[in-house]
Amino acid sequence: MRYELDARRMLCPMPVIKAQNKIKDLAVGDILDIFCTDPGALNDIPAWARINGHVVLETSEQDGDIVVTVQVNE
Amino acid sequence: MEEQHKAVALISGGLDSMLAVKVLQEQGIEVEGINFYTGFCVEGHTHAIRNKDKDKQKRNNALWVAEQLGIKLHIVDVIQEYKDVLLNPKHGYGANMNPCLDCKIFMVNKAVEWVKENHKNGFDFIITGEVIGQRPMSQRKQTMPIVAAESGADDILLRPLCAKNLPATKPELEGWVDREKLHDFSGRSRKPQMALAKKYGFTDYASPAGGCCFLTDKNYSDKLVDLWKGRGSREYEMDDIMLLKVGRHLRPKGEYKLIIARDAGESKYLEGYRKQYTSIQATSHNGPLALIDGDIDPEDYSHAASIVARYGQGRDADEVEVLVSIPNQEKQNLKVQPLSSEQVLEDWHI
Ligand code: SF4
Repeated sequence: MRYELDARRMLCPMPVIKAQNKIKDLAVGDILDIFCTDPGALNDIPAWARINGHVVLETSEQDGDIVVTVQVNE
Repeated sequence: MEEQHKAVALISGGLDSMLAVKVLQEQGIEVEGINFYTGFCVEGHTHAIRNKDKDKQKRNNALWVAEQLGIKLHIVDVIQEYKDVLLNPKHGYGANMNPCLDCKIFMVNKAVEWVKENHKNGFDFIITGEVIGQRPMSQRKQTMPIVAAESGADDILLRPLCAKNLPATKPELEGWVDREKLHDFSGRSRKPQMALAKKYGFTDYASPAGGCCFLTDKNYSDKLVDLWKGRGSREYEMDDIMLLKVGRHLRPKGEYKLIIARDAGESKYLEGYRKQYTSIQATSHNGPLALIDGDIDPEDYSHAASIVARYGQGRDADEVEVLVSIPNQEKQNLKVQPLSSEQVLEDWHI
């Protein structure tokens, strides 16, 4: 399943916390697109994912938002 | 096979907790980290709002530390619960609005809860990077047992960097950890930590000057106290504490204050608040965006606008046109004369 998370206007580490809490409820293989506006998320979400064993499939920009796509792995 | 005992470490992002974890990893103990976000934590990213800091490294130090150590990190949002710690600290405040001792007790208590929840996975003790005498308020010989007792952690709280100066804890008594290989650091000197960092090959670690959060900062604390005074209540929301980190804050009248962006980066950040706050920005000249926080009398819009105009390129003009945007209301165009620097009174600055 593919899900979306709105973390716009949140400053780090809130987007990471929101992503972490959402991913807790997802199944292995699920994909989460996290929409952020704090550029810090480009660094923090991938760092969080690496530490916790998840995979960042892509980081992109869409209409001024930063989108980090994570696949749940553990 | 001998049972594997695991520890959860309070990770602030600083060197001490990083070393504390490493000391235990050297003994073969598996550690996971926990980091609490109070809303006041020092974050590189909030500095990144400003243009001039754009090149500064953007990283979350707690995540960075965890990655260096190869441990998992759980970041916990404690913004709501932390309000009670900040507003009613049993042990009082430090030099500024920092309730460090209560804060430590609160965080260790949260870690105790976490250990209970994760006991089935082998977690049975807590470690911190505390060092006796390192910090005047929270890390003294007398406060170490207070943290252990009031947090409910008691003998499952181990401080690897100064354990030898303290009574043995359960992990030491039960032989899960070799007390001999722990440390006896004490005092304000950072030399022992730096030597240990060198031994482990840690470089590039963060060393925040004050502490782990904005509450140790005088300027920030002053703004927080002013906010409470201006509102006549000590309530605060996440937006309030974020906005205290941005812009210059001026209170020309008791009822309201102005938050004036200091550069384009801050203006852009404040844009996000225009739906919630009345905002002022010059239209005839380039100038910063300003938010109004508080109950402003509409008669004061002109005065507020003349202050804001002072900080834009129209500061020397006879007249500046400004737009006042009030959420869910008609926008107002005003023409004002910018105040001179003498007219912007010193005691308006918070
Ligand atoms: S500096 Fe801030 S986060 Fe650190 S112990 Fe003190 S109050 Fe808590």
